[in-house]
Amino acid sequence: MNRKKECVAMLLAGGEGKRLELLTKNLAKPAVYFGGKYRIIDFPLSNCTNSGIDTVGVLTQYQPLVLNSYIGIGSAWSLDRKHGGVTVLPPFQAQNGGDWYKGTADAIYQNINFIEQYNPKYVLILSGDHIYKMNYAKMLKHHKQKEADVTISVIEVPWEEASRFGILNTTDDLRIHTFDEKPANPQSNLASMGIYIFNWELLKSYLIEDAQNPHSSHDFGKNVLPTLLQDGKRLYAYQFEGYWKDVGTVESLWEANMDLLENEPQFNLNESGWRMYSVNPNQPPQYISSRATVSQSLINEGCLVDGNIDHSILFYGVQIGEGSMVKDSVIMPNVKVGKNVVIEKAIIGENTVIEDGAIIRAKVGDERDIVLIGENSRIMAEEDTVQTKVH
Amino acid sequence: MEIMGVINLDNEQDFLNELTYFRCGAAVPFAGRYRLIDFVISNMTHAGMTDIAVFTRKKYRSLMDHLGKGKSWDLDTKYGGLFILPPDWNDPTDISKGDLQHFHNNLDYFYRGKAEYVLVSGSQHICTVDYQEVYEHHLKTGADVTVIYKKVEMLEPEHKHCRKLETSDEGRVIKVTNEEYNNNVYMNMYLVSKKLLLQLVEYGIAHGATHFFNDCIASETANLNVQAFEYKGVYSVVNSVQSYYKNSLQILNPDFYRELFFSEQTILTKVKNEPPARYLQGSVVSNSLVGNGCIIEGTVENSILFRGVVVKKGAVIKNSIVMQRCDIQENSILENVILDKDVTLTEGKRLIGNEQMPFVIPKQKVI
Repeated sequence: MNRKKECVAMLLAGGEGKRLELLTKNLAKPAVYFGGKYRIIDFPLSNCTNSGIDTVGVLTQYQPLVLNSYIGIGSAWSLDRKHGGVTVLPPFQAQNGGDWYKGTADAIYQNINFIEQYNPKYVLILSGDHIYKMNYAKMLKHHKQKEADVTISVIEVPWEEASRFGILNTTDDLRIHTFDEKPANPQSNLASMGIYIFNWELLKSYLIEDAQNPHSSHDFGKNVLPTLLQDGKRLYAYQFEGYWKDVGTVESLWEANMDLLENEPQFNLNESGWRMYSVNPNQPPQYISSRATVSQSLINEGCLVDGNIDHSILFYGVQIGEGSMVKDSVIMPNVKVGKNVVIEKAIIGENTVIEDGAIIRAKVGDERDIVLIGENSRIMAEEDTVQTKVH
Repeated sequence: MEIMGVINLDNEQDFLNELTYFRCGAAVPFAGRYRLIDFVISNMTHAGMTDIAVFTRKKYRSLMDHLGKGKSWDLDTKYGGLFILPPDWNDPTDISKGDLQHFHNNLDYFYRGKAEYVLVSGSQHICTVDYQEVYEHHLKTGADVTVIYKKVEMLEPEHKHCRKLETSDEGRVIKVTNEEYNNNVYMNMYLVSKKLLLQLVEYGIAHGATHFFNDCIASETANLNVQAFEYKGVYSVVNSVQSYYKNSLQILNPDFYRELFFSEQTILTKVKNEPPARYLQGSVVSNSLVGNGCIIEGTVENSILFRGVVVKKGAVIKNSIVMQRCDIQENSILENVILDKDVTLTEGKRLIGNEQMPFVIPKQKVI
């Protein structure tokens, strides 16, 4: 008989992340870099480890190579366990055919066998595109206290922004009575964070039923949760307080990075009681030369700084040449910046080379003021002008 | 694999005063995130060595904590890997003394290893020597033993305590001496076939020898074909507080830094999960090495900060080495100082050492 796990986490990491444009050309959104050394998926995985959840299924689909090799056997997050640990779950074919994951609910449905191995009481559903620190054990405790069938984690958003989110309307007791997807006139400012706890037996029966419904788009938010609500099941909200950011767009990714640069950041990576784990490359300590100046920045190991860094983030192995100026920017791993380069409000993809004298900043009249340069590019300064050419 | 490794710490004295009160020299933190032993282990694994033993005698708790099962060097394998071999204190059949005893008590390590050759090294000579090259040299010259040396341009005080090689024009070692003014500094590393090593150990034990290299190799240069291999890369010796301080700060030379860390031969160490270093508004950092997890609001100049050091507003650190998790509070001043791990310097304190003789503060002090 299988040993029972109380709670198994299922992390939805198959998203393409189209709105991150060049950054997700060759990798899935959860593998996108964040905060000077992390990838987005480090945050939910570290939260699992810190919350005592040691069994995690990671559902992958789009461009899985980098993500798969990054997760490995999960040792970076102490998820290399004999019973449980992390398992990467790509779509597969069986005797009676098979298919890509058609929606979030379908992805879980197709992996019922994985979950059944652990015979869990609860299943925690997570997504791989949020930056936050959350103790899932507290949410589970809340779920048990309310004797809920489903618990949905929510965060209070500013009233004026509430119409951009999926809003949950609850009683004073936090029992959910209605959902509003992007309501014009929101009745509440409790937005769903896309984090759910289900009683497994119940979820399983609903997933099987949903899979047989040809009219369903097999999505938790659109199909499964509304059906559960209609059937009078006990759905509760769990209120999360703290920093939470969806980094699904270039703007929000840049903003969330910049949030880390405050003197007292709301999202503190240095907190020793809730450590964020990631795969650590072996790099020497960073070297700041006597010509360099660095202010209000995050700099990772293996960087060689000879220029001026102001309010920016440098990932590992970045080199900044003499006389160069980096401001309000995020420079991803192993980028080589030459001499007398100016980079302002930009995100530079990994392994890119920026040659001497190039100037990277948005031009007047550009649609967006954040410049995005993809990985493995080479940027040259055009002669006699400040225009730059992207190759 | 052709070579197995022995990191022999038996003959290394606790040469770093306060820094070696509670740990052996090999476990002393170095260069912002490493420990001295990391350099030799990384060189060994880089050469493809998969069986590595550490002969350790004293104060090895922090060394064992650092090395673990050798995971950081990919030495946590099912067969072979890393062997930490402390001394056998109570072996009644043991008649030898010195490090020869250590070799003799661990014959099983040599018998079980599949390699035909053994590379023995200490931990005080920081370098990026390629042991595969040494091995090729060994085969080409048909040597019984190949010893590694560095021809230094200038003899420094730390070289005084090193042994020197006297060689023939063909590179054969004629004598290993204690001569003060010889530039061929012996790096405490040699390669020998396992078969010969075992013979020499037996012979040494039978003849009442104590020190394996001195008694069984260095004094037998007339009978053995001992060849010298010259190492030409970056190099430092750490065998005193002064040399530790001087050679640490030498890494701030960008050329030295690049050659030590950015050659193909990466130096590996136990990783910590520290976030990137945070430079706050008002921080002034120049010509310094900074580890991850540091939070800097003050001034840091010509210094090395290990991981997780906090430098508060108004604090000034100059020509100093500050180890893991030290907390330098507002308006404190450090100059020519070595702070061991977890030291707290409370507000407004001044610690100023001498350029030649830095001030050393032991672990966990609150000043």
